[in-house]
Amino acid sequence: MASVSGQILAVTANNLRNVPQRWGISAVIVIGIAVTVAVFVSVLAMAAGFGKTLANTGRADRAIVLRGGSQSELASTMTRDNALTISDAKGVRRAADGKAIASAEMVAIISLAQKKTGTKANVTLRGVGPKAFELRPEIKITQGRMFQPAVREVIVGRAALTQFKGLDLGSHLTFHDSEWTVVGIFDSNGDSHESELMADNETLLSAFRRNLFQDVIVLLESPQAFDAFKDALTTNPTLSVDVKRETEYYAEQSKQVNKLLFFVAYVVGGIMAVGAVFGALNTMYSAVSSRSLEIATLRAIGFGALPVVCSVFVEALALALIGGLLGALAAWIFFNGNSVNTLGANFTQVVFQLTVTPRLALTGILLACLIGIIGGSFPAIRAARLPIAAALRAG
Amino acid sequence: MKFLPLIWAALWRKKARTIFTLLSILIAFLLFGMLQGVNAAFSATIDRANVNRLMVTSSTAFTESLPYSFMAQIAQVPGVALVSHQSWFGTYYQDPKNFVFSFAADPAGLIKLYPEVHLPSEQLDAWVRTRTGAVIGSDLAKQYGWKIGDRVPLHSVIWTKAGGSSDWTFDIVGIYTTPDNPGRGNRFFFNYSYFDEARAFDKGRVGWYVVQVRDPRASAEIAAAIDKLSANSTDETETKTEKEFQQSFLKQIGDINFIVTRILFAVFFALLFATGSSLMQSVRERVPELAVLKTVGFTDGAVLWLVLAESLLLCVLAAVLGLAAAAALFPALKETIGVVTLPPVVIVEGVVIAVLLALATGLLPAWRARQLNIVDALAGR
Repeated sequence: MASVSGQILAVTANNLRNVPQRWGISAVIVIGIAVTVAVFVSVLAMAAGFGKTLANTGRADRAIVLRGGSQSELASTMTRDNALTISDAKGVRRAADGKAIASAEMVAIISLAQKKTGTKANVTLRGVGPKAFELRPEIKITQGRMFQPAVREVIVGRAALTQFKGLDLGSHLTFHDSEWTVVGIFDSNGDSHESELMADNETLLSAFRRNLFQDVIVLLESPQAFDAFKDALTTNPTLSVDVKRETEYYAEQSKQVNKLLFFVAYVVGGIMAVGAVFGALNTMYSAVSSRSLEIATLRAIGFGALPVVCSVFVEALALALIGGLLGALAAWIFFNGNSVNTLGANFTQVVFQLTVTPRLALTGILLACLIGIIGGSFPAIRAARLPIAAALRAG
Repeated sequence: MKFLPLIWAALWRKKARTIFTLLSILIAFLLFGMLQGVNAAFSATIDRANVNRLMVTSSTAFTESLPYSFMAQIAQVPGVALVSHQSWFGTYYQDPKNFVFSFAADPAGLIKLYPEVHLPSEQLDAWVRTRTGAVIGSDLAKQYGWKIGDRVPLHSVIWTKAGGSSDWTFDIVGIYTTPDNPGRGNRFFFNYSYFDEARAFDKGRVGWYVVQVRDPRASAEIAAAIDKLSANSTDETETKTEKEFQQSFLKQIGDINFIVTRILFAVFFALLFATGSSLMQSVRERVPELAVLKTVGFTDGAVLWLVLAESLLLCVLAAVLGLAAAAALFPALKETIGVVTLPPVVIVEGVVIAVLLALATGLLPAWRARQLNIVDALAGR
């Protein structure tokens, strides 16, 4: 008599060899799990991509100053006086010329036709100050040149260019009865500014007939200088402002969308997983029933219940694993790197890429194994309790 | 009908398998009901749009304001029956989490333009008389326990008063209901005159105009005539029907329809395999029984129909249970999508899909049953 582990190995190996003969019913478990994992992983990949885009936008040593209680750039307003006071505050880094590295920004929305659908959608048009590109060194012109101050010129982010019509280098944009020329295309390390258009803030203010900025972004001397900077502003009686680290601001902006995506992933994925469990149970029960003669024979010649239970479990897990791998692979092949867009905080489009990270793929495969374990457990118990004599007679 | 007991018995021949198959189908239709329900709820907003109404917004973006002086000009355009305006106020109550959908509006114009909004006339009169008066939806009133006579402070994230404060106080003078569209009772409307007088900037401008046309067939010409008024000015307008406006608005969030369709496609693809293989197995195991049926006089066609009916019964029963579960769970989504009941059209679609699923998965086993040769089947060949 072989040892128990020897029995387990022998019975399990023999069973796995026979799985291809039951491929029709085995496909149910594989496909059910693959589909569940693919949906689960793709929705989570959406959340991951959106989070990454917004997280990239923020830097710990940059701070954003909004009017008190206004929550987003678009809702905020900032007077010239206040903008000056903020730029001159303690903790703001100075450039070689002694001026503060800060940008008083105007944020407007313009609506442009999308390439994919032809329908109009909102895009952020950001008016930036002269120090904006020392403030954001990640912004690099890849085509054309930088806009000139006092001239109606804009530069276009890479993602905005791919999403909207009429933003190619040299094309003209008209809004508020003023005509603007696209003179450059920029990259910004894959962050949400790539979904925007940028121009000189004073020129833009005059075109929109406004005299209020939306907010001020400053570069701090160091990430640690934030508290001193914040204290300087909040204790200043002439100001009523909210001061946030950029990282914190953009993390808040992604919260809402991420909450929704996580909800979809876990609710829809969860319901699908339950469905896949039923499919797995069906597959494994029928596998056990088709093996009843084999199992009864094994038991009759002295094999224990454990090797039989193990063989059922391993079969379920192996099939689940194949399903999980296929699902994660499908999500990766079909969706990884796909560009998606949704509304961001300024009520404008933010383009982001679905990112199937190894960790997400692993989460999907773990989900598959969980389904396999649940789907294998009850049939395994049934196999162990199979009445030997009856099964042999029926066969 | 007389074969129903026979079909029923055949279905429950292997209890576990039928239950698990039934549950798989049920789950798929539960998902179908929920996802397609959300999808349908969004398009219902579009379908419910009034064909008589046009939206006039700035052509730059609908967040840009328009001068108040357009009101009189738009009213002069031939075919325009009524014109009114609204402005987005952007507020929360006490905590930023308690976002309130609030609008500055012109009381009389608002009520005339939106006949679906029911407000007792004495409350409308009180609203017109009270400068700081506000009219709120019944759901909003319930949510915060507000009633007529209450004084409510709201914090605007956009608008400051001349003194720099963002806190605005309103007197609730009316509560409106929208009996035809229960999801819309969450708005807060107040007097534009109060708003424009008190705010610190952008005075004399409004968010957008709403126009009622005399003849919806002339909408396109009227829209063009309205846009012509401001052509080549700094405040060019873009006029759309309410339906077009809502469509473009929803599209901005993302293509919900696209995502829902993809997920459901995947779910039903898996279901096709699960149901199909289970039916196939069932027929395979019952070969001798089916042969006996044929021996006692059932025709080939009758056997085919028996198997098909079995598949139909299973799929439709499971689908109805799944859709019922979706309908029961749907009200939980009210907060997110503002619709209380699962649109009936989804249930009809679901049943149709169940029938198609039954035919798709049942046809092959049914055909196999039909082709059985009695002698071979009984001999176990």
